[in-house]
Amino acid sequence: MTLSVNQWLGKLLLHDRRAVARLISWVEDNQEQSEIMRTVRAQSGQSLVIGITGPPGVGKSSLVEALTRVYRQSEERVGIVAVDPSSPYSGGAILGDRIRMQAHGTDRDVFIRSMGTRGHLGGVARSTADVLRILEAGGYPRLLLETVGVGQSEIEIMRLADTVVVVLNPGTGDGIQAIKAGIMEVADIFVINKADMPGAERMKNDIEMMLDMNGHGGRAWRPPVILTSVLEGKGLHELIDEIARQQAFLSESGTLIIRRQEQLQREVWQHLEDRLKEAFDSLWPALPTEWLTEGHKDPYQLVDKVWQKMSGHKREGGNT
Amino acid sequence: MSQPRIRVLVGKPGLDGHDRGAKVIARALRDAGMEVIYSGLHQTPEQIVEAAIQEDVDVIGLSILSGAQMTIFPRVKALLKEQNSEDILLIGGGTIPDEDIEVLIQSGDAEALFTPGTPTGDIVAWIKERLGVDSPPYEHA
Ligand SMILES: Nc1nc2c(ncn2[C@@H]2O[C@H](COP(=O)(O)OP(=O)(O)OP(=O)(O)O)[C@@H](O)[C@H]2O)c(=O)[nH]1
Ligand SMILES: [Mg+2]
Repeated sequence: MTLSVNQWLGKLLLHDRRAVARLISWVEDNQEQSEIMRTVRAQSGQSLVIGITGPPGVGKSSLVEALTRVYRQSEERVGIVAVDPSSPYSGGAILGDRIRMQAHGTDRDVFIRSMGTRGHLGGVARSTADVLRILEAGGYPRLLLETVGVGQSEIEIMRLADTVVVVLNPGTGDGIQAIKAGIMEVADIFVINKADMPGAERMKNDIEMMLDMNGHGGRAWRPPVILTSVLEGKGLHELIDEIARQQAFLSESGTLIIRRQEQLQREVWQHLEDRLKEAFDSLWPALPTEWLTEGHKDPYQLVDKVWQKMSGHKREGGNT
Repeated sequence: MSQPRIRVLVGKPGLDGHDRGAKVIARALRDAGMEVIYSGLHQTPEQIVEAAIQEDVDVIGLSILSGAQMTIFPRVKALLKEQNSEDILLIGGGTIPDEDIEVLIQSGDAEALFTPGTPTGDIVAWIKERLGVDSPPYEHA
């Protein structure tokens, strides 16, 4: 079946699962991306994205599965994006998060999509934000994102998620790592999962103390610290309630508007960066050879020359 | 514009609990630049087909050791037809007797079946040839 992009987009808005799947692939493969996203973005953006991040093996997929079960009880249609790292050598990837989500494997009201990072850093892929919006436009308004298991959560998650849930495990030193890595600043909610194991309460106290000490990064929202055990089915409703409370806070306090502006800025910058890189890559081989022979001694001078060529005019102060 | 990346669902239907073979294949496909969705043990045909659709894979590879090949392949194929997704290639491997292989290939219920000991490179080559694309070289971000 060969349909045009427009026909697939038409089907997407009718909530056709195959259209969701196919359009995601195109955007991931960088084909017709801007055309697809023009339609998709016009039909999405209302949904708040719940981002689940944290070190490898803490139970992110298990939590996504458990949260999905609760949302399904209230008939919400759930879109899940789960990101795993691509091999830096081959570019291939083994995407295994789905294993833990098989309980929803045949539920047509849950759409699970696995993604490789494809060389992008920060725990997500280049097109993850777009993929989430395709799911939303395709009829899955409850959006869950599982990042790569990163030891240090990067700020990148904030570009994508409206509710950043940082998952840690008791007795692992995760807490100290998190503090060092700046996770404290990005977390909207802390989850200590595997609370069926010893040390969970102590870890909660440590995190609460850190939040007291740094005044939760000067933000009006104080991240709650929740103990969960997916194994024993504990703490999940509390987590759902806190997510709802945080999302209500975002909307009511006006923080959402600011956050969305920051997200937009980061996204525009990312795409601009791509374009600059393309322009640079095609310009570089065409530079006069004298430039390169004299330039390799002074890259800064060469930067000015290349910048002039790329932008078509002289740089006016500033540092970019 | 980059070339589409090949995506493969590796599934392990049936009741037996060994997935070493499936994991070896998954790794070989990854090392050949493909994205492998590994969906774990004990998959039903319904779960396999739904996952294949959501993940928009080009190929489904089933690892079978349980002797259930004569029911599983036709069932998966039928579900793919039902879902208008026959363009997804269905292949498999494991301990499948020669006469069953012949029947399944003849009936079109599987496009290719690889017996144990097949070099993984052969499977990679088969997939690339059938899809008529090469996985793109790794592009650094
Ligand atoms: N004891 C205990 N084990 C759990 C709990 N939640 C998850 N696990 C186990 O922890 C292991 C890892 O779970 P996953 O959900 O795959 O963890 P993940 O964070 O998604 O892992 P990556 O995606 O590989 O980073 C599995 O063996 C789970 O069964 C829990 O609450 N208690
Ligand atoms: Mg996971």
